[in-house]
Amino acid sequence: MTNTATETQPSGMQISDEVAIEIKNMNKWYGTFHVLRDIDLTVQRGERIVICGPSGSGKSTLIRCINALEEHQKGSITVDGTLLSSDLKNIDKIRSEVGMCFQHFNLFPHLTILENCTLAPIWVRKIPKKEAEETAMYFLEKVKIPDQANKYPGQLSGGQQQRVAIARSLCMRPRIMLFDEPTSALDPEMIKEVLDTMIQLAEEGMTMLCVTHEMGFARQVANRVIFMDAGQIVEQNAPEPFFTNPQSDRTKLFLSQILGH
Amino acid sequence: MADSKAQSVAFVRKTPIPQAPPPISEAGPLAWIRTNLFSGVFNSILTIIAFYVVIRFVMGVFPWFYNGVWDASSIRECKDKLDGLTGGCFAVLADRWDHLLFGFSYPPEGYWRIVLSFVLLMVAAAPLLFANLPRKMLYFTGFFPFLAYWLIWGGSIWVSMTLLAIIIATGFIYRLVAIQIDVEMRKIVAMGIGAICGVGLAYLLYLGASELSFIAGSIGTEGIVALIANKAFWAASIFTYVFFIPMGIFIGYAIYNSYEDGGLVSVVAALLFFGVAISYLVGPIWMGVNFILPIELEAVASRDMGGFMLNMVLGTVCVSLSIPLGIVLALGRQSDMPLIKGVCVVFIEFIRGVPLITLLFVANVMLAYFLPPSSNFDLILRVIIMITMFSAAYIAEVIRGGLAALPKGQYEAADSLGLNYNQATQLIILPQALKISIPGIVNVAVGLFKDTTLVSIISMFDLVGMIRGPIQNSTEWISVYWEVYGFGALLFFVVCYSISQYSQWLERQLATDHR
Repeated sequence: MTNTATETQPSGMQISDEVAIEIKNMNKWYGTFHVLRDIDLTVQRGERIVICGPSGSGKSTLIRCINALEEHQKGSITVDGTLLSSDLKNIDKIRSEVGMCFQHFNLFPHLTILENCTLAPIWVRKIPKKEAEETAMYFLEKVKIPDQANKYPGQLSGGQQQRVAIARSLCMRPRIMLFDEPTSALDPEMIKEVLDTMIQLAEEGMTMLCVTHEMGFARQVANRVIFMDAGQIVEQNAPEPFFTNPQSDRTKLFLSQILGH
Repeated sequence: MADSKAQSVAFVRKTPIPQAPPPISEAGPLAWIRTNLFSGVFNSILTIIAFYVVIRFVMGVFPWFYNGVWDASSIRECKDKLDGLTGGCFAVLADRWDHLLFGFSYPPEGYWRIVLSFVLLMVAAAPLLFANLPRKMLYFTGFFPFLAYWLIWGGSIWVSMTLLAIIIATGFIYRLVAIQIDVEMRKIVAMGIGAICGVGLAYLLYLGASELSFIAGSIGTEGIVALIANKAFWAASIFTYVFFIPMGIFIGYAIYNSYEDGGLVSVVAALLFFGVAISYLVGPIWMGVNFILPIELEAVASRDMGGFMLNMVLGTVCVSLSIPLGIVLALGRQSDMPLIKGVCVVFIEFIRGVPLITLLFVANVMLAYFLPPSSNFDLILRVIIMITMFSAAYIAEVIRGGLAALPKGQYEAADSLGLNYNQATQLIILPQALKISIPGIVNVAVGLFKDTTLVSIISMFDLVGMIRGPIQNSTEWISVYWEVYGFGALLFFVVCYSISQYSQWLERQLATDHR
């Protein structure tokens, strides 16, 4: 599957052979409910993967397992060569290498934008405050809101908040970025500004896993689209064949519903 | 035809409408009176009734103040001066002013010490209350409790200074073991501490086991209940005997084994030092230093404390101790570790289920039975412990409410950035949870401050105790009620209203959500 993905690559986006994330036979239950079933997924460094599927199909749970926000019960997840176990040291190591953006941004409302961005570098990476602030301003400029640095999250629009959330993750210089429906809580006008930021990030070669229903985004930047249903990976393919020639009936139904209108 | 229709539908504003002043009926004092006092028949009637009540009240109370007698030596003299008029006998306040504020057995030449402590309290509290003051003032805040203890209780200054020095030294030892020494050195330290703790614990368990077997021996085996108790104590003592060595070895090894991380080792090292220093070093050090450089004030015993000063001491100390304790309890109650959670839940639910007055009785009477007769456990200290536990349980529940109000996303965001539990709690969770909890915490603090008057029941002479006892029972001021209790209420109102106003100001300062 990865081979076909590489061939349909837009120019300028390189994928290395290095493995960023390796998930083997992973299973997860909520009580007796089997949310994730036999998930096998290998992500190369520099790959951009879009995960879609109906709600309740386990796609958010899957990416939340990657940075241990959810615990899996069976199988293994290896991130950047570190095996995800119950060892707190490994979990903290992985979390500081993996950035995450949430549907509801989850900025810290009691801190300014700049403080939001410098907090983790200062306390986790032990970077001097001044240097952390410079890094934060660099990334805030990148997401095009350096002038809001001293405001509080509550004073910003949803789209601006989500871009700050992306900048906040980037300040930790992560090697992998996870996006959990980053645009679902936004107005149509703001979706574009967030997607532009994500596209820019993709063009710079960031390894990305995005749970999203933005199919335009999937076509433009993804190497691979994964379709999930009922806790299983039903189909994965490069975006062109995935959209034009879906194989399974469930995928066909899903695509006809979201692309139909 | 088609043209005019198009015109009526489409519309473009070319000139904006300028802002105009409102009509006279919408602004000015007349409009205010109309909208606020006489906006309808029903409201007009209510306004008139309210005015009538207020006027009657003022007419009743005003002469009482206006005719009040400020200069008299007894209630009889007051009545003579009033000569049948309605009027308060405020002379009792002037006559017993010192007693109301400082109690009746604090040495009068030492009143300045209490006044000075009160003024310094304001200085010490300022940097905690106002964030824009220089942070260096916090050093004085840390120093203040030790200074105030010396000022109020007197004795040698070196007692509290030695305590302060030991606390600072404990902090240094923690830092030294946690950060400054390298892993090899810490391994050696951990080995030593592990050995000490292991042997100490084994010894304690051994003592416990002998105690249990002693109890079992003294119960006898007469009757079924005694037989069961006898067997149970024997079983427990044998269990302890069997386990004390492995348990000691295990704990000692666990401490030694965690040397790489440094967290546990440094905490145990600091606690060990603190325990030993408090038990064996305080006396020799302060006596030694005091011998060389004596700085002493006349010592005042705890039973001589009284008046509003006692309420202030209890209120300030208990509030400032119960907030940190409440935070710890609230976090403990949310813990994933069943043992910690269980201890916190039991503590909170027990304390909340018991009236404060029973706890005070326990502090006053019952503890004396449990403690060895030789122990000289200060009554005020016992009361402080009880009130602190009581209000900490309430504050813990208020803070738990604040913790529960935080969206789960805040925890997840902190986790996803790689912050560990301590960092996330200290930087993300607590600042927000405490902000939400301010009204509740202030509510408990104000209630606690007023509850300090309950100590009058266990025969301590706080403000209410002073009034109920020495003042109203004296021959000069028998049956004076309104004036003294009114004065007491006024003092409490001033303090509580200030706290409430401060908390409202603080809430406005911390509002960053701009809703």
